[in-house]
Amino acid sequence: MNKLRRTMLFIPGDNPGMIQNADVFGADSVIIDLEDAVGATEKDSSRLLVRNALMNLDLGIVETVVRINGMDTEEGVEDINALLLAKPDGIMVPKATEEYIKIVHEIIKETDIILFPIIEGAYSLETVTDIIRASDRIKGVLFGAEDFTADMGIKRTKEGSEIFYARNRIATVCKAFGVDAIDTPFTDTNDEKGLEKDTLVGKSLGMTGKAAINPRQIEIINGVYSPTKEEIDEAMKIINAAEKAAEEGKGVISLDGKMIDAPIISRAEKVVEIAKQADLI
Amino acid sequence: MKNSIGREIPEHIENYGTPKLYEGPFENIIEATRKQPVFNCVKPGEEKVLESIREAIEKSGLKDGMTISFHHHLRNGDKVMNLVMEEIVKLGIRNLTVAASSIFPVNQPLVKYMGEGIVTGICANYMSGPVADAVSEGKLKYPAIMHTHGGRARAIESGDLHIDVAFIASPAADSYGNINGVEGPSACGTLGYAVPDAMYADKTVAVTDNIVEYPACPIDISQEYIDYIVKIDSIGDPKGIVSGTTQVTKNPIDLKIAKMTAEIIENSGLLKDGFSFQTGAGGTSLAVAAFVKEKMKEQNIKGSFAAGGITRFLVEMLEEGLFKSLFDVQCFDMYSIESYGKNMRHQAMSASMYGNPHNKGAVVNNLDVMILGATEVDMDFNVNVTTSSNGNIMGGSGGHSDTAAGSKLAIVVTKLIKGRLPIIVDDVTTVTTPGETVDIIVTERGIAINPRRKDLIEKLGDTKLPIYTIEELKEMAESFSGIPESLEFEDEIVGVVEYRDGTVIDVIRKVIN
Repeated sequence: MNKLRRTMLFIPGDNPGMIQNADVFGADSVIIDLEDAVGATEKDSSRLLVRNALMNLDLGIVETVVRINGMDTEEGVEDINALLLAKPDGIMVPKATEEYIKIVHEIIKETDIILFPIIEGAYSLETVTDIIRASDRIKGVLFGAEDFTADMGIKRTKEGSEIFYARNRIATVCKAFGVDAIDTPFTDTNDEKGLEKDTLVGKSLGMTGKAAINPRQIEIINGVYSPTKEEIDEAMKIINAAEKAAEEGKGVISLDGKMIDAPIISRAEKVVEIAKQADLI
Repeated sequence: MKNSIGREIPEHIENYGTPKLYEGPFENIIEATRKQPVFNCVKPGEEKVLESIREAIEKSGLKDGMTISFHHHLRNGDKVMNLVMEEIVKLGIRNLTVAASSIFPVNQPLVKYMGEGIVTGICANYMSGPVADAVSEGKLKYPAIMHTHGGRARAIESGDLHIDVAFIASPAADSYGNINGVEGPSACGTLGYAVPDAMYADKTVAVTDNIVEYPACPIDISQEYIDYIVKIDSIGDPKGIVSGTTQVTKNPIDLKIAKMTAEIIENSGLLKDGFSFQTGAGGTSLAVAAFVKEKMKEQNIKGSFAAGGITRFLVEMLEEGLFKSLFDVQCFDMYSIESYGKNMRHQAMSASMYGNPHNKGAVVNNLDVMILGATEVDMDFNVNVTTSSNGNIMGGSGGHSDTAAGSKLAIVVTKLIKGRLPIIVDDVTTVTTPGETVDIIVTERGIAINPRRKDLIEKLGDTKLPIYTIEELKEMAESFSGIPESLEFEDEIVGVVEYRDGTVIDVIRKVIN
């Protein structure tokens, strides 16, 4: 199973206090941002800051991903070169295309760095299959709805019906290739109910996690993407029943009078695996 | 010589005397005495309202070498201390000790008077701003004495701190000296810190900008304790009276600390019907209150009381029935001031009732949980909230030591690193509150339980809370910040830190620049 990525928290690359505390917020991954969060005049200093922070800080078990500047800018390649020394777990590539991913892959191929393309335009969305195929380092795809709707020339709403197709497509393609589908952030940081609702919508379409733009969003997103106690208990019962049946050499497994087949067992195993990774059992 | 927590205290402190050494939080709580105030009685027909502050000073008999007192219920908006001092200077009175419950940046003129020998001694429970800096630099002739809120009340009641003339800023006063803090342009709520002074000072002057018809109602300090009333144009600046920090934090680190703290409280077994609670007015403290509030509502818990400095947040908990009563020593915002004026369950308490260890039972003794801050915490859980990372005075106990000693669970909440410096250190610069009275340190990266509290270690051991030893927390902090260079101090003592029982828990020395 993939590493658990229920939440990927954006942290501004020019904020040393936040970077230093990247591992305390409870996100499964952090995305240290050198792109939109950093002003044009602070690109160099932020790159150095992020590089040195990653080289010198012990950020525990949190997955560190750096969003570089676009590969259509000079800063993009400079960012990657700086990160080759700092060795984050991953690099996030904005405005991803098959071509850009191939270029990034070439630069990082001697390292263990993994990649996360961002799908934030119509062309990227329709070529997401090619983008994922462009590098075996890709472990997840982030959907960026703000830029996507701008590219489409459509209005972004809280309710999100305008991004239904994009979410659906990304989730499906990611599933097909076995990589994570990370949902677009919910931008109203004061609307907790709205965040929960939006996260549930993404999950219902097959998204496997969601980006957060404020640490206060993490608990809600993690809650949505974590199994409940009842789900964990049920999954454990199913697995125990399956193990018992195997020990007894029974071909047919039943629990509480109901037949249990392979997909049910597989789903239960996933629930337990997520619960373990999320430190819930 | 060393006191019981190993702090080096001289046998004799010049201009302070022979210190009585701290021996433990409750070693010196056996038998106490109250001094008998001596005062002039007021006969029928005598007029108490005077024309000016100058006249009040003259009539009070204030002379060189005496002690005058002030109070911080108007906080950084207080005008009374500065106006009284201006008149004292004009009258040529010198060598005074200023016993202020707290000193804020607004009291900057004291620095000049210290240099001129007009003010030669200061006692305070808390000090920040230019006066604190000047004391730290050795500009005060005698060492400043740092009290606690309860300790100051104890010192006044016992006679250890004799006040010749108390000047009480009074938002409302009638012509016979009944005063309250809920009316007028400088309304501030309760007047808890001024009560011991009113009762034990030789002379008490109410300074007001709002004379109300006799009798004032309500009465916070009554006519039997007031010698004179002076009406001036304004006693306070409303902008400085109301604290600016009474919002729940949105800082994610502080919120994480607050959430863990609420979990600790829940798992301590104390969060049940009859729960009592105190927290400061800072953003993290209020966030703890917010999380505790959620848990109380979820579990339908009816608390007993919240105490201390009162904020809107606590008033709303009272109004929602989550607490039966509030014990208020000072109000932090307008909402609390209004509540105190209209809600009988929002009760005032004097500084003595709040935290004096030598009375017949202070409110802190009935506290279940206290949330405290820290500038430094050491391996013995001793806490410094008196001096800053550069060794200068920047605060003081206030009610810190009182509530830590009294409460069943004293929780210190702090970021592990502040301003690039580790907060958990080998030795604190100054001990304000002894580690014997501190139960848990909560930081964003983990919590440390005082090994004395085996019961808590057991209760919290089964939770998912990240529990470490205090040494591990220190190493964690140093892994980010490195180990800062130690400060170096001169022999000169600029401050004496008195524990609430009057013993000396530490001294503050002048930093070598």
